[in-house]
Amino acid sequence: MSDKAVTYPYIPNSAPSVKREMLEEVGAQSAEDLFEDVPERLRVKDRMDLPQPLLSEYELKRHTEGILAKNEGGRAYVSFLGAGCYQHHVPAVCDEINRRGEFLTAYAGEPYDDHGRFQALFEYTSMMGELLNMDVVNVPTYDGFQAMATSLRMACRLTGRREVLIAQTINADLLSRIRDYCKPHITIKLVGYDPHTGQLDLAALRSKISDRTAAVCFENPSYLGFLEVQGSEISQIAHDHGAICVVGANPMSLGVLTPPADYGADIVCGDIQPLGMHMQFGGGQAGYIATRDDAATVMEYPSRLFGIAPTSVPGEYGFGDVAYERTSFAVREEGKEWVGTAAALWGITAGVYLALMGPQGMVEIGEGLMARSRYAMVEMNKIPGVKVPVFRAPHFREFVADFSGTGKTVAEINEALRTRKIFGGKDLTEEHPELGRSALFCVSEVHTREDIDRLTTALKEIVD
Amino acid sequence: MGQEDITRHRYTDGERNLRRFHQAKWDEPIIFELSCAGQRGILVPEFDGKKETEMGEVLATVPDKMRRKEPPGLPELSQAQVLRHYMRLSQENLGADLNIEIGQGTCTMKYSPKINDQLAAHPKVADLHPLQHEETVQGILEIMYRFEQILKEISGMDRFSLQPAAGSAAIYANASIIRAYHASRGEAGHRDEIITTVFSHPSNAACAETAGFKVITLYPDEDGYPDLDALKAAVSERTAGLMITNPEDTGIFNPRIDDFVKVVHEAGGLCAYDQANANGILGITRAKEAGFDLCHFNLHKTFSSPHGCGGPGAGACGVTEELAKFLPVPVVQFDGETYQLDYDRPHTIGRMVPFYGYPPVVLRAYAWVMSLGAEGLREVAEIAVLNNNYLLKKMLEIPGVSAPYAEGKRRIEQVRYSWEALAEETGVHSEELGIRAADFGIHYWTSHHPFIVPEPCTLEPTETPSRDDLDEYVAVISHVAEEARTNPELVKTAPHNSTVHAIDHAPLDDPSHWAMTWRAYRRKLREEAD
Repeated sequence: MSDKAVTYPYIPNSAPSVKREMLEEVGAQSAEDLFEDVPERLRVKDRMDLPQPLLSEYELKRHTEGILAKNEGGRAYVSFLGAGCYQHHVPAVCDEINRRGEFLTAYAGEPYDDHGRFQALFEYTSMMGELLNMDVVNVPTYDGFQAMATSLRMACRLTGRREVLIAQTINADLLSRIRDYCKPHITIKLVGYDPHTGQLDLAALRSKISDRTAAVCFENPSYLGFLEVQGSEISQIAHDHGAICVVGANPMSLGVLTPPADYGADIVCGDIQPLGMHMQFGGGQAGYIATRDDAATVMEYPSRLFGIAPTSVPGEYGFGDVAYERTSFAVREEGKEWVGTAAALWGITAGVYLALMGPQGMVEIGEGLMARSRYAMVEMNKIPGVKVPVFRAPHFREFVADFSGTGKTVAEINEALRTRKIFGGKDLTEEHPELGRSALFCVSEVHTREDIDRLTTALKEIVD
Repeated sequence: MGQEDITRHRYTDGERNLRRFHQAKWDEPIIFELSCAGQRGILVPEFDGKKETEMGEVLATVPDKMRRKEPPGLPELSQAQVLRHYMRLSQENLGADLNIEIGQGTCTMKYSPKINDQLAAHPKVADLHPLQHEETVQGILEIMYRFEQILKEISGMDRFSLQPAAGSAAIYANASIIRAYHASRGEAGHRDEIITTVFSHPSNAACAETAGFKVITLYPDEDGYPDLDALKAAVSERTAGLMITNPEDTGIFNPRIDDFVKVVHEAGGLCAYDQANANGILGITRAKEAGFDLCHFNLHKTFSSPHGCGGPGAGACGVTEELAKFLPVPVVQFDGETYQLDYDRPHTIGRMVPFYGYPPVVLRAYAWVMSLGAEGLREVAEIAVLNNNYLLKKMLEIPGVSAPYAEGKRRIEQVRYSWEALAEETGVHSEELGIRAADFGIHYWTSHHPFIVPEPCTLEPTETPSRDDLDEYVAVISHVAEEARTNPELVKTAPHNSTVHAIDHAPLDDPSHWAMTWRAYRRKLREEAD
């Protein structure tokens, strides 16, 4: 690098003449004077040891793309990975909108600066409300994990109780998050399941529930892909004991499946990544929480809630924060948990997605996913030694395949699939040893019959 | 008629006139009102194996009670209608790309380079599933690893997790690590107090409380500095830790920060440095030199990733070697040849997020640092502080505003101003001035609560506005302050040039009227009509 002073394109006042004049204006001899209140003993002694900069945009792009070129995947592979992050088609309009600088670079302006942000997020919660058949939906929190952890804490605050019962079929990583997040106050107990159907063991639930139980919690469709068909029985048992029924629901399923509110769920939560977010190595996650419009419940949300309101001009829609005084922005540690930057842009994007899909689109995609998973299960089950699905229950788009009968491990099978440019299912061997050598497969609307046939053909070759 | 000199109406006596701004106003209906039965915004690929898998048969496996009876009540629009609706809403949003975004103090609203957005949207990032085999994601793991090395140098900490989904999530992670540390020493439940200051971000208090700690909040001394004597009085054998911002949200750097750390260490607590306000101290001073055990950065603030209307951003929490074993899993390891995700960490606080946080945000932050290097980061700090002190000087020339505390001292990256004198003189409040400023295409934010500084306004210019931008911003604020004297009604009834007019907030705090969804709004209107 040459010694000449750099005028950085992102730092206009780094131009030497401007910098000099501004220093003079503030009565400083040099930039060093600006830091006179930072004592010598706290100073960084030398220049930081960082990589040489790539000052031109072209060099930066070339360098970074060079690193990214080491990634593989995308359209070069057929992928059957899901487990919380889903490979759905992202409509072009979703990208067009969330890349608009007005949305991308806004933050915390007032409704007068950012009316569009408030309206777009109000419309997002409104469309989610239709999908979920619930009246209150939050501005997105970080992800589905945070949404469920917060839902459980909300349930504890609402009931004044400190114990939650969770279906054992829950995602182990999600359970890890919940355990940490609920640690200070809440005891977590797991409820077992029927090994043949995956369904929650109602007898076990009845034996564990008590007047100490704040919430009964399960996912539907479950992490392991099957549907929990006893939703109304579970919520009834919860309600009989004064507990709250918390259901984690994948929004993609709700064009065809009954919304949890209709079988008694009080708090519904989950992740909206499937609704128009690219997978981004996990960077497309965002969480939703939905409830009925009950004042006590609303006051337990930590998140921002945007509401509609009149303005001084008749017929003009205005928006603002609902019950702001419950938040940590307003009352610090007296607020409910905390609120801050989360995943609003993905909320706006999910709104665009739902508006594009409309009622018919959500029905068709739900049916299409079920048809594909059904086809994949039937075809895979024909392969000697492969048992699909493990659970005798209806499935949505994911299912567990047990390879124990093939004599091969899931890792071996996935490795062999990968050489054929196929990503097999998530290996469940360590997470669920009781399921044998099992993997969680996922289909989406991007899969053609040919894609699924390619998987089954490859599996036949591999296990043969 | 000949050509007239248009420019002469744009300048008066060599001074630039204020913009005759008007925000876009489309009077856009709520999307449900645009619905027209039968319209489709996008079609879904059909399954060509349907014949083999008759849908009736598929749905027959689902019990009737689990099948949705009516399609969801979503709006029905053609694709162009959806696009146009959201384009209009986007125009009714200012964003840092449009306005001189220096009024959102504490948030470091700097320019987010477009090249970094392009890189983040690259298919080699966008299309990666987080559970792909490690060999197929070496590029993104390398970015995460390299960025961790960068943060280690910037902070002096030994290990980082890039998992926390935002700044507050990183503060929570640090609180959780503090809890795990004391538990590992058999002091779980004994050390149950976290100390913070009122000028530290509210999440330091709120996240500590969420993690199960009792929160002790210190108030500043007369000069606005965190009060060391108050800290000494607050520490005890119950002290779990200190969670503190520096420079605080006043922009004042606490030169005795290392003494604070010592006091807490001597009491047996850990110290977490909230570095959300690090923009003015990059390459100047670090968590390490002050003796901290933990720290965190906001990649959507200091490291330029765009704020996305409130996320996704990313938080990064850094710790000393002693605490590294508690970090969330997985962490990225490099064996000299390949990058791996390490889950085998028995003392970890566990998972923070479903996967690894927001890798595209990390990628943007990495690219931003790589475009600047060590000297460039130092230049960021110098210019951010220079811009702030320049703005301070210009702001203080406006009658009615002051910068309480630390008289005669430099401010680092921001200033919490007070309009107390102007409010007393005119009856116009700071919040009203900020809203009136929206009529000129800029805005400012008051302050977190509680308002320790009366009639507050918090400005943080960052390194990215030009001198002209700063001058224009001050000219608008000066004009609005003058209006408060000459025409207070005009200010109090603002905005006049915005998308919407004064909003009636009463329904938003009234359970019988608040409506967080269109369906709730329609229902409540019906109930009222009945």
